[in-house]
Amino acid sequence: MESYQNLNELQLSVLSEIGNIGAGNAATSLAHILADKVMMSVPQLQIIDVSSMASILGGPENELAGILVNMTGDVQGLLLFLLDEKFICLLVNVLMEEEIDDFDQISELSMSAIMEIGNILAGSYISAISTMTGLNIGLSTPQIAIDMAGAILSYPAAQFGAMGDDLLFIEEDFLSGQSSIKSHLLIMPEPKSLRLIMESLGVNGWEN
Amino acid sequence: MGKLVIVGISDQKIAISPDSLITYALGSCVGICIHDTLKQIGGLAHVLLPETFGDNNRNDIYKFADLAVKELVHNMEIQGCARLHLTAKIAGGANMFITTGTSIGERNVAVVKKELKRLNIRLLAEDTGANYGRTVEFNPFDGKMIIKTAGKGNKIF
Repeated sequence: MESYQNLNELQLSVLSEIGNIGAGNAATSLAHILADKVMMSVPQLQIIDVSSMASILGGPENELAGILVNMTGDVQGLLLFLLDEKFICLLVNVLMEEEIDDFDQISELSMSAIMEIGNILAGSYISAISTMTGLNIGLSTPQIAIDMAGAILSYPAAQFGAMGDDLLFIEEDFLSGQSSIKSHLLIMPEPKSLRLIMESLGVNGWEN
Repeated sequence: MGKLVIVGISDQKIAISPDSLITYALGSCVGICIHDTLKQIGGLAHVLLPETFGDNNRNDIYKFADLAVKELVHNMEIQGCARLHLTAKIAGGANMFITTGTSIGERNVAVVKKELKRLNIRLLAEDTGANYGRTVEFNPFDGKMIIKTAGKGNKIF
């Protein structure tokens, strides 16, 4: 069975590089949005099962915002940003000139603003893949769910459940002013799309 | 006080009163609570996907509704439960993000119900669908299923 677990070192370094470039683009976009300098750590690529992922995110019941964007076109798959309350409130406070510190205080309008951020962040990573591979990749309209981490993760887990239990994600710290923001991004191309990405880069096909 | 037995994703456990069972943060997954009223034994399964499509020879049978329900009932019968005394309550099957067509959550719930019916196990209560996550706690003493949510309150079935 094809599984992210079967990726070899070279293929993993390709994905890490996509993560690096994507995160660089994302940091630039965030700096524009926040009108402040944004520094970033070296992104960490990990392949992990759902339960371990939930632990990293503060436990299955920890409330998070999940922003989902589907990849369309040459590459099919999903991007799911998992952002904590602190990150979301910072974005809302800067963008909407509000002062909130809780998910419960987010208005409908702020929700749309957050989705737009999701769109911009997703675009950062997608353009990294497109630029490197020359593949044409589109993005669906973002959707947002604010709920327990485990419940949000059930979506990618179910979408890719027939393939295995592994999730492919990039952990990234953004630093802006006094704030350190942790972002987790699940970046999950479907098996045939992942093979296409590798082939476009001249990396050996994704064998079992 | 008994202990709280944690059931993971694509997993199932059986507990005897005073112990109780819990599974965290079901999204599109479904939690199936099966109760033996006479023996005060409870079983809880957490399934991720509806069907194996005939591929029964695999090592992750607790992941799929069509195999996991049957397996949970079988395991409870090994513990001495009689089919006649088994009842069920289910929760989960939410649609966390809007999808086109029938969502995985809905399909999970449909297959679980079909299996329960086929196995002649009465469904006493359900808290399924909608678009939010649920934690399920199940008490084998009285068969109560407690649902906890993030911001949508708690419910007892």
